[in-house]
Amino acid sequence: MDRFSWSNGLLEINETLVIQQRGVRLYDGDDKAKMDLGVALLSTHRLIWRDIKNHECCIAMPLSQIIYFEEQAAGIGKSAKIVIHLHQVPANKEPGPYQYSKYSYIKLSFKEHGQIEFYRRLTEEMTKKRWKNTPVSQPIPTGTGSQAGKTRAVGIVGIERKIEEKRKETDKNISEAFEDLSKLMVKAKEMVELSRSIANKIKDKQGDITEDETIRFKAYLLSMGIANPVTRETHGSGTHYHMQLAKQLGDMLQAPLEERGGMMALTEVYCLVNRARGMELLSPEDLVNACKMFESLKLPLRLRVFDSGVMVVQLQSHSEEEMIASALDNVSEKGSLTAEEFAKLLGLSVLLSKERLLLAEKMGHLCRDDSVEGLRFYPNLF
Amino acid sequence: MSFEWPWQYNFPPFFTLQPNVDTRQKQLAAWCSLALSYCRHHKLYTLDVMEAQESPMFNNKKIERKLSMEAIQVVFEELRKKGNLEWLDKNKSRCLVMWRRPEEWGKLIYQWVSKTGMVNSVFTLYELSNGDETEGEEFHGLEDWMLLRSLQALQTEGKAELFTMDDGKGVKFF
Repeated sequence: MDRFSWSNGLLEINETLVIQQRGVRLYDGDDKAKMDLGVALLSTHRLIWRDIKNHECCIAMPLSQIIYFEEQAAGIGKSAKIVIHLHQVPANKEPGPYQYSKYSYIKLSFKEHGQIEFYRRLTEEMTKKRWKNTPVSQPIPTGTGSQAGKTRAVGIVGIERKIEEKRKETDKNISEAFEDLSKLMVKAKEMVELSRSIANKIKDKQGDITEDETIRFKAYLLSMGIANPVTRETHGSGTHYHMQLAKQLGDMLQAPLEERGGMMALTEVYCLVNRARGMELLSPEDLVNACKMFESLKLPLRLRVFDSGVMVVQLQSHSEEEMIASALDNVSEKGSLTAEEFAKLLGLSVLLSKERLLLAEKMGHLCRDDSVEGLRFYPNLF
Repeated sequence: MSFEWPWQYNFPPFFTLQPNVDTRQKQLAAWCSLALSYCRHHKLYTLDVMEAQESPMFNNKKIERKLSMEAIQVVFEELRKKGNLEWLDKNKSRCLVMWRRPEEWGKLIYQWVSKTGMVNSVFTLYELSNGDETEGEEFHGLEDWMLLRSLQALQTEGKAELFTMDDGKGVKFF
């Protein structure tokens, strides 16, 4: 490694770049050189190496120093290398990174491959020996090798440098942009904390604040993504809000229920009601709580839960026995029915028709036939 | 005479284990009776569960319905509880079907013995199940293990005594 001299990496006139390869580590003999990874450049005259991070760190060696060179194949965990054997240090060698080395050879380790092509080109240049035709003057001594300020960039090296600088700029910009975002996140966190503390205060002062205000504030909190902290649903006694809502539902649902044979799934009710409201939509929770109050408010509707968990709203006048009796008639008439067929027959939703059939089965009026063809219900002849 | 299937055999729900408890009880009763009469008709004394699933007893090809393995096991468990079935192995793959219980067989055999005035005589087991004299009797062709159990039942009642001879077992009736 003591054959290398500091260089500014610029090519001389008459000197041409042959090939360059990134990801090259230098070895002083068998030992790793003190440099990090860099770019190895082969020109018609020299072998140049530049540190990939610190572009000012650049070293070069005339090709005439090379006696011979050979490939060293890659192994497990080892990259492929080119071993270059060198002449003795010339007396007039410019200062370089190493004052002295006990080795007469160096290695180029290709961490990012490319050794085959590099080897080929090196062979070519060593054969052609173009440096003999167009001798260049010794490179200008550059002192310690680190130079501040921009030098006029020429050729590929210059383009490379410009690209590198641009990349650095972009990086910086992006980091700055994200800095703002992280500041925003910090602010948002503060907002959330603030809302939480207000919500708690409300909880404590429950008595003083009116229903309306509380509801408004709860909606406000909800819109900010904070779950409703104040729970007003207590067993038995509902809230004023839910009572009003229940009465409203009582009026609203009469006609639709009668149209649908006296029974509607709660999901259907939810859709119907919210669609009608347009604004100030109901939450599912509020709907359920309002429905639970039908009985206590003596409204002609009932909330009913089937065994399977399906919830329906039905008219109080709705008689289940009648329904089941008619279901049995329908099934007997047709011999057997599936839930879908039954739904079609009655104009009910499939969900409700299945519930009705299951209820009839539970009462012992129907029995089931479960096969690959599907689930059918027969009159219970057993 | 061909086997007469009960009406349920052609009723598709018969092949689905009913969830309704009352319905299920009636269903299982019908299945037990069907299984026993089928075995009686075909003089089947042992059943292999896998084979049974494919046999016409549990598989009605005409209406394309058959009992699931789960349902078959439920039916067999019912039969076992009633004393009509005994498992031959722990894995419940083979079983003995007693469409007539040993006591019932014993009674039939004893009836024949007293009818023909053979009380106090000695018979070999082979004579009883395969002899010319018993041809036409219901117990003719009875499998050894069943015959043995029936005679053991009679023995408990004091109406017979089993003993071992040179070439097999014999029985004396009282």
